[in-house]
Amino acid sequence: LPDEVEDLVQETLLAVHNQRHTYDAGQPLTAWVHAIARYKLVDLLRRRGVREALNDPLDDELDVFASSDTDAADARRDVAKLLERLPDQQRLPIIRMKLEGLSVTETARMTGMSESAVKVGVHRGLKALAAMIRRER
Amino acid sequence: MKTDDLIAALASRAESIEPHVLQRRYAIALCSGAFGTMLLMAILLGVRPNLADAARLPMFWAKLAFPAALLAGALLATVRLSRPGVRLGRVAAALAAPVLVMWLIAAVVTLAAAPGEREALVFGDTWKSCLVNVPMLSLPLFVASLWAMGGLAPTRLALAGAAAGLLSGAGGALVYALHCPELAAPFLGIWYVLGMLIPTALGALLGPRLLRW
Repeated sequence: LPDEVEDLVQETLLAVHNQRHTYDAGQPLTAWVHAIARYKLVDLLRRRGVREALNDPLDDELDVFASSDTDAADARRDVAKLLERLPDQQRLPIIRMKLEGLSVTETARMTGMSESAVKVGVHRGLKALAAMIRRER
Repeated sequence: MKTDDLIAALASRAESIEPHVLQRRYAIALCSGAFGTMLLMAILLGVRPNLADAARLPMFWAKLAFPAALLAGALLATVRLSRPGVRLGRVAAALAAPVLVMWLIAAVVTLAAAPGEREALVFGDTWKSCLVNVPMLSLPLFVASLWAMGGLAPTRLALAGAAAGLLSGAGGALVYALHCPELAAPFLGIWYVLGMLIPTALGALLGPRLLRW
């Protein structure tokens, strides 16, 4: 990861600075710097190993992400499409009661249907929707 | 923080450092550790009373030379492991040599002895106290050498801790040799080595925890 690489570079530079008293003038500079860089890399990998042992990577839990925003929108669009195929006396009661959450009385008042017609419409409409979904699969 | 800014910040406060930090730290550690070890020895054990008699026997000097050689080798290893990018090289062989020589002598002595005497050569009278006292006497040196290494930059932490542990173990064994009445090579080859390995193993265990930087 680019972020971690930059962190590692900075940590190594800091270590080179802080540990400069351990450099012996008789020893090759590159070997000294290389050993510090490798130590810091191993340190980073070990720390990350510990952290990852304690955390499950989210990629394995894709089901959590499966119900994302787009899925909800997709479902809404599918339902709307199927609803369009229903006759008015089934579609309107379902929209009022099941999608908007109104009561039977309120639905009856808004659509001008009788309460029993509303109930029957919802019942038959849902059955028809279920049949349509089954057929489409 | 941008890396360029970090470099600029580091470069702006790059005062020169004191020279010979490593040598100074180990000098302090060895002096204080040796002082602590001898103090423990004087308080808890005391020098064996017939030291002058024993000093006439060559094996007494071999008994001192054995941990002394290991002490020198371990000090070399410890110093090397305190710096990034320095290889152990032949130091490992220098550490193995005294042990192998002692085992060779021990094998010769044991084979030359009558079968009934062999057990006495191996166990002596004091093998248990050897196993307790050598690690106990090595404690001050153990703490001191880990302190010295903690201010430096070991990159192989378990190995570095083990080297510091062996350094203290050899120091403890060297001081304990002034108290211990045993002179048989098989005894030294087994119990002294085991006694020194206890702080070595402890150092290897503690190194990764205590020496990180």
